Amino acid sequence: MQDRMTHLQRLEAEAIHIMREVVAEAENPVMLYSIGKDSSVMLHIAMKAFYPAKPPFPIMHIDTMWKFSEMIEFREKMAEDLGLDLIVHINPEGQEMGMNPFIHGSSVHTDTMKTQGLKQALDAHGFDVAFGGARRDEEKSRAKERIFSFRNESHHWDPKRQRPELWNLYNSRKNNGESIRVFPLSNWTELDIWQYIHLENIPIVPLYLAKPRSVVERDGVLILVDDDRLPLKEGEEPMMKTVRFRTLGCYPLTGAVESEADTLPDIIQEMLLTTTSERQGRVIDFDSSASMEKKKQEGYF
Amino acid sequence: MAHVSDLIATDIESYLAAHEQKELLRFITCGSVDDGKSTLIGRMLYESHMLFDDHLAALEADSKRVGTQEGEIDFALLVDGLAAEREQGITIDVAYRFFSTEKRKYIVADTPGHEEYTRNMATGASTADVAIILIDASQGVLTQTRRHSFIVSMVGVKRIILAVNKLDLVDYSEEVFNSIVSDYHKFADEALQLDEITAIPISALKGDNIVGASENTPWYEGQSVMEYLESVEVSSTSQSRSFRMPVQWVNRPNREFRGFAGLIGSGIVSPGDKIRVLPSGTESVVERIVTWEGDLEIAGAGRSVTLTLADEIDISRGDIITAADSPCSSADQFQARILWMDEAAMMPGRQYLLKSSTQTTSMTLGRLKHRIDVNTLEELPAKVLDMNEIGVCNISLSNRIAFDSYDEDPTMGGFIIVDRMTNNTVGMGLIDFALRRAENIHWQSMDVTKQSRAEQKSQKPRLIWFTGLSGSGKSSIANILEKKLQAMGRHTISLDGDNVRHGLNRDLGFTKADRVENVRRVGETSKLMVEAGLICITSFISPFESERMMVRNLMENDEFVEVFVDTPLEVCEQRDVKGLYAKARAGDLPNFTGISSPYEGPVNPEIRIDTTQVSAEKAADLIIDYLSKA
Repeated sequence: MQDRMTHLQRLEAEAIHIMREVVAEAENPVMLYSIGKDSSVMLHIAMKAFYPAKPPFPIMHIDTMWKFSEMIEFREKMAEDLGLDLIVHINPEGQEMGMNPFIHGSSVHTDTMKTQGLKQALDAHGFDVAFGGARRDEEKSRAKERIFSFRNESHHWDPKRQRPELWNLYNSRKNNGESIRVFPLSNWTELDIWQYIHLENIPIVPLYLAKPRSVVERDGVLILVDDDRLPLKEGEEPMMKTVRFRTLGCYPLTGAVESEADTLPDIIQEMLLTTTSERQGRVIDFDSSASMEKKKQEGYF
Repeated sequence: MAHVSDLIATDIESYLAAHEQKELLRFITCGSVDDGKSTLIGRMLYESHMLFDDHLAALEADSKRVGTQEGEIDFALLVDGLAAEREQGITIDVAYRFFSTEKRKYIVADTPGHEEYTRNMATGASTADVAIILIDASQGVLTQTRRHSFIVSMVGVKRIILAVNKLDLVDYSEEVFNSIVSDYHKFADEALQLDEITAIPISALKGDNIVGASENTPWYEGQSVMEYLESVEVSSTSQSRSFRMPVQWVNRPNREFRGFAGLIGSGIVSPGDKIRVLPSGTESVVERIVTWEGDLEIAGAGRSVTLTLADEIDISRGDIITAADSPCSSADQFQARILWMDEAAMMPGRQYLLKSSTQTTSMTLGRLKHRIDVNTLEELPAKVLDMNEIGVCNISLSNRIAFDSYDEDPTMGGFIIVDRMTNNTVGMGLIDFALRRAENIHWQSMDVTKQSRAEQKSQKPRLIWFTGLSGSGKSSIANILEKKLQAMGRHTISLDGDNVRHGLNRDLGFTKADRVENVRRVGETSKLMVEAGLICITSFISPFESERMMVRNLMENDEFVEVFVDTPLEVCEQRDVKGLYAKARAGDLPNFTGISSPYEGPVNPEIRIDTTQVSAEKAADLIIDYLSKA
């Protein structure tokens, strides 16, 4: 007799195992929720891991004030539908100074609202372990990051001082001031994520699906006119295009792609036939190929 | 990501349905920088059409900037991840790579091959189903090939692809390939426990036999690397073992429900199965296998589930639920193989933490039985294990844990070692077997220690080991030394050839094997004396360097004082106090040291005494001088 498992079932079982290890060994864990597709998968697996109990930790969103409005609606609905404890944190300093990526630039915005905002929130609540939905296939420096990834007091990551991870035995013992980022989806690929969403009927933000939306073209990137804070440059004219997003973040920093894919199978089909990676739509990664590693060392998730 | 399937474009739903059935295969690639390991992985990603255009564009740019292929695409750059490593041109850590084909999803552990990265290789191998061992065809089987093979085999990988790479550099020669494969078998068949070795002639750089059959090797009729990976049976052995589920977390959402959550490590479970909980030994019956999708009728190794039981029994994290008819054992003392992973050396006698499955307990590492040279596979004496060294030792735990030997069940026999001060993972261990208590009486933790015994006597315990030819004057000097020490209020004991051979060692003769055993027993006895806090003085010819080294390794730093009584053979023979040399010369005493058996003088003794220059009295003073200073 055998219990045959597919690759997705194995990946799911691994993620559940990781989440349970954290809950058993951490003092005060939290799940970071970015509202994107990876977070949606992670949250779905958390519902499974502790069933019939609810996940024994809150979920937390680091809001930047510039997320797509559909993301915020979706966040509120998910928290209510699943009956989860949702924490939303906005960096008060950024809020006070009226952080605006169009004025302050994308790197200041991202650093203040995302990186610093995250550190503030983790410190304020005293969370010692934070789940994140990052995957090793996203980017080269992620490929070497451990599933249990340690951060020092200033939330910095030192790629040279990572603990060996053997079998499925995770060492969650922290030194004073250290905290841990745990990535249960480390071994998933973008295709695995989509296939799993499709198979499990996991709700996702509708922005992933194509529909006519109002956009402007700027430096070769299609930016959604999400609200009236988008300053139009000379000669820019909002136009209706059938577009969707392969990745979600702050709307001024996230490019849309023209697409007709309005169902999950269509999205997967498009992804399999496309020839560019998902991070290409992210404005922050454009500078240099080692930029993610630098950001991560500074505390970016 | 242009997968080569028409279905994607024509019928995505059928494509997805087929792909949901894909299996998962994890493999590790072993080889050093020069073997072309990163090039092989880069090539596999490329050939599997797993590269996006923007990745390719970045790759082409990087190849021009830091590549080693004169501007041509350098596939190695695809996988050498961190910025610092890319500049140095070496891979220093474990990187995980992913690709999938029509049949399978692959997770590749890419690890560096240098000796100083043994720990990274073991890390990558700990989760691998298959290992690819790369050999540079122009170099043949090297020390590092043996090292890589030994490490993956030790960690339990049973199937190996021997990828003989850079065949283009030897004109795709069948003879070269065959001779390398035959060399490898000579080594592996004897030294390793592998189920299957599949040798494939390749060129990662040129793409030969990576995906399909290469025209350059018409003489090779076997599978390409990808064909092998696609067809090798994914291990189902974990489900054919006895049922084991380490309890991770007790799920109690309300008074009615009490479930035990865990990842099934081995075997299969169904409702109605009788189980036994370890270490307590309590038995019950599985009631339900609870999952979010609904209850399961059957669940096997690899699945994360929540079990409820028919009886209310006390179970908590760290307990193991096992099949009642074939439970695992529990013990608190083991022999284990240890791979050390930390910059600070492993210290026998120190307390560490052990984590095995979901069980964590404190642990003392015993004295090393030996260390294994990963290059020669020789067993060598050792006191400590440095980073990347492998050794065998006994371990003693503060609590009993449930276990199987690693060879029987890796999920129940593997453990990590955590340093209590730094909290780092400092080593990995594989349980060989449990020790019976009787064999380990000395493991009982004792409040009276060597140190306290020595303090009581106000002295530092020592072993003063005299070595030299028969008649060199060892016993005479030892006698005077002991008298002087006693006069100084020191506590001593003497062991010499005559008193030991009449009692403890009366069953031993003078063959080489008996001489070795003689010294071993004297060494162990001396160790007990030193444990007692005494200054132990021994006078034995002890002609072999290796045995003296063995005794030295039994002792702690500074305890062993080797005194070489260096009297030339002619002088000894002239003195011939006991008339032994005359007998030996006459042929009446076989195996007599100096005449018919060799004497290996110490190279670096703590003290050397030339008895043709100093008297026995003076020699004893010299030794006392040394002891008071050292």
